[in-house]
Amino acid sequence: MTRKQRRMTIIGGSLAVLALAAALVLNALRDSIVFFSTPTMVAEKHVEPGKRFRLGGLVQPGSLQRGDNLAVTFEVADGNAKLPVAYKGILPDLFREGQGVVAEGALDSNGVFKADTVLAKHDETYMPKDVADALKKQGHWKDDYDAKASEAKASDAKASGGSKPAATAAQGNPQGAVR
Amino acid sequence: MIAESGHYALVLALGLALIQSVVPLIGARLHDTALMNVARSTALAQLLFVGASFMALVMLHVSSDFSVANVYENSHSMKPLLYKITGVWGNHEGSMLLWVSILALFGGLVAAFGNNLPLSLRAHVLSVQGWIASAFYLFILMTSNPFLRITSPPLEGRDLNPVLQDIGLAVHPPMLYLGYVGFSISFSFAIAALMEGRIDAAWARWVRPWTLVAWIFLTLGIAMGSYWAYYELGWGGWWFWDPVENASLMPWLAGTALLHSALVMEKRNALKVWTILLSILTFSLSLLGTFLVRSGVITSVHAFATDPTRGVFILLILCLFIGGSLALFAGRATSLKQGGLFAPISREGALVLNNLLLTVACAVVLFGTLYPLAMEMLADFKMSVGAPFYNLTFAPLFALLLFAVPFGPMLAWKRGDLLGVTQRLLAAGVASLVAIAIAWAWARGGSALAPLAIGLGVFVIAGAVTDIVERTGLVRLPFATVLNRARGLPRSAWGTTLAHAGLGVALIGIVCETTWNSEYIATMKQSDVAHVAGYDVKLDRLFQRQGPNYREMIAEFNVSRDGETLSMMTPSKRSFTTRGSSTTEAALLTRGASQLYVSLGDATAEGAIAVRIYYKPMVLLIWWGPVLMAFGGVLSLSDRRLRVGAPKPARAKQRLQPAE
Repeated sequence: MTRKQRRMTIIGGSLAVLALAAALVLNALRDSIVFFSTPTMVAEKHVEPGKRFRLGGLVQPGSLQRGDNLAVTFEVADGNAKLPVAYKGILPDLFREGQGVVAEGALDSNGVFKADTVLAKHDETYMPKDVADALKKQGHWKDDYDAKASEAKASDAKASGGSKPAATAAQGNPQGAVR
Repeated sequence: MIAESGHYALVLALGLALIQSVVPLIGARLHDTALMNVARSTALAQLLFVGASFMALVMLHVSSDFSVANVYENSHSMKPLLYKITGVWGNHEGSMLLWVSILALFGGLVAAFGNNLPLSLRAHVLSVQGWIASAFYLFILMTSNPFLRITSPPLEGRDLNPVLQDIGLAVHPPMLYLGYVGFSISFSFAIAALMEGRIDAAWARWVRPWTLVAWIFLTLGIAMGSYWAYYELGWGGWWFWDPVENASLMPWLAGTALLHSALVMEKRNALKVWTILLSILTFSLSLLGTFLVRSGVITSVHAFATDPTRGVFILLILCLFIGGSLALFAGRATSLKQGGLFAPISREGALVLNNLLLTVACAVVLFGTLYPLAMEMLADFKMSVGAPFYNLTFAPLFALLLFAVPFGPMLAWKRGDLLGVTQRLLAAGVASLVAIAIAWAWARGGSALAPLAIGLGVFVIAGAVTDIVERTGLVRLPFATVLNRARGLPRSAWGTTLAHAGLGVALIGIVCETTWNSEYIATMKQSDVAHVAGYDVKLDRLFQRQGPNYREMIAEFNVSRDGETLSMMTPSKRSFTTRGSSTTEAALLTRGASQLYVSLGDATAEGAIAVRIYYKPMVLLIWWGPVLMAFGGVLSLSDRRLRVGAPKPARAKQRLQPAE
């Protein structure tokens, strides 16, 4: 084999592998990508039943109902719209009413979101970033959230400050001083 | 005082790093030995000062000095000592300090054990290390100083995220960083080679042990992280295709490719330019990983808005180093002399195929990680790319790679005989077919994919073993000769076999776990029995207990099989008062390589509790595989040829000369 032929074999092989990878990626992009929606977006876009997506929002306070054998229903709200969610299984440690949640699944024919996973990937303020951004964009929730965050911090401080109320006040400050 | 000393030591380290980035380079230009030797002393001094700075932060955490913001936000006086120490790197500032400490450690190692390097090469390498170090010191000092004081110190800290209070976290980040940052050495060597405009087989011999060390730690670090997620997050998942995980997988893929291409360069003096490029890419991916994890860009691009300086700063470092090194590569690569020729069917050819598949697989992961980010920025809609995407893209590419793995080491250098190798691999092929048949019969039909994948795993293991059997003549020769031959084999040959077999072992574990794992989720009351995969799991009692900084609810399960009691399992749910959050502590019962996994959900009012029980067949193989791979790496490292700091063989000296 000449030098040129050898080089062509290697280049040809590389192109073949690259083409294979590109074909695989394009094929996978068609149906393995999951989009993120809020209840408002679902209401506006009329998502068809059976199409998988990720739903993000706040768990509507008072909407959580536990049924038999780990079946739960709750509502996800984003200020404008609400969407009922049904899930069967154990909710993650960080799942709370009034806090952010991301669920993956699809709508059924009755317009109920059947979730097969409920994600608990939160930062320390219990707010999934996707949800926070979506809500911020709608201009709904920023102040609300800040209030909630400082509330949470205050209760945090209370818990750690123990019996000394003076310490709670002292702990409020450093946050401001540092950040 | 400790905080200020730590801060001061860090500033001094920055000063030293700046000297280290400039002076040795000038020395190399002027051929001034004294100036070039500055690199050595500054690298060692830098290690000393960063070490002191890191120790200062550890002491602050141990002594629970809540006047320091970092300690206040991530520690608690009631926290066990071990987690006070590991909490140092359980937060952004501390982990960046660990990052630079490890960088300084590697620089110090090159300085201390690099006596056999040509002086100007060492000066260049350490100088590039100095650039990286300076950039990251500046980053820490300007945007994430761990030593900031609070004006009115609180009495108690806010505690470390409970999920991170675990022994897995004690080991996982340092391991991962040793891997990430270890690749900075091969990067520095590559840049040094480009600046000096020459590169030879000896260069590859110096780079390979460092790459191997980094690769070993990265392999173990990824495996540890995966095992930690498995038992700590409470749902039994071990790989999520999460961007943070991808960030560690990409350097591993590129690093594995680099390990193999450096071999070609060392043995055959070919693939030089490619090896240089891979060195650059591997460390670039490590930097990208650091950026993705540390800037908060992952869950959303808009996280920049919440902490713009950090993200932008790391992005700047990223652009500077990746852009700069690639530009240097583009400018200088053509001046490097091309190396030897080889036929497509040869050991070199096989290693090229290995590199091709690994880098393309890496590119696919990179695409999957960055595509959602790009779409969010450009088209403003959010999406997630998860397991289904990678199953359709990464998996076939890797299957192809695994199929080729047994052939590689058996092909001869320069010109191989594919037909001959196929014949020699016949036994492995038969073993694999038998495994497929057994797996298929045992699973009674079902998906054909799983038995095929198990067959592939067996083929990889059997192929790796065949190589050793052939080289020792196990079947043909008398036992004494075989023993002698086995002793005479280079340790790197054993290393190759173990590392390749580890791949097969991990694959079998992955396939068994994903295909035949059984799950049981229900609410259980006292004396309820769950039947999972032939095991009877009975809930004996539920009780509360007070831990050092948490309360926990413990469930006692009695596990039996065919009426015979095996063991007690006690999963628990801990609630941490300070952060108001809770963690799930799963209980594991190991049976061979399989595990029974019990974790708790919420308790209901009537004294019942939600319980999740999994039976995961062969799940431990998923982590035994990487451990085997890492052990293979260690064996390779102990090979005389590559031993770090080994006396320079006379031959290498001679080979150096013509390049001068």
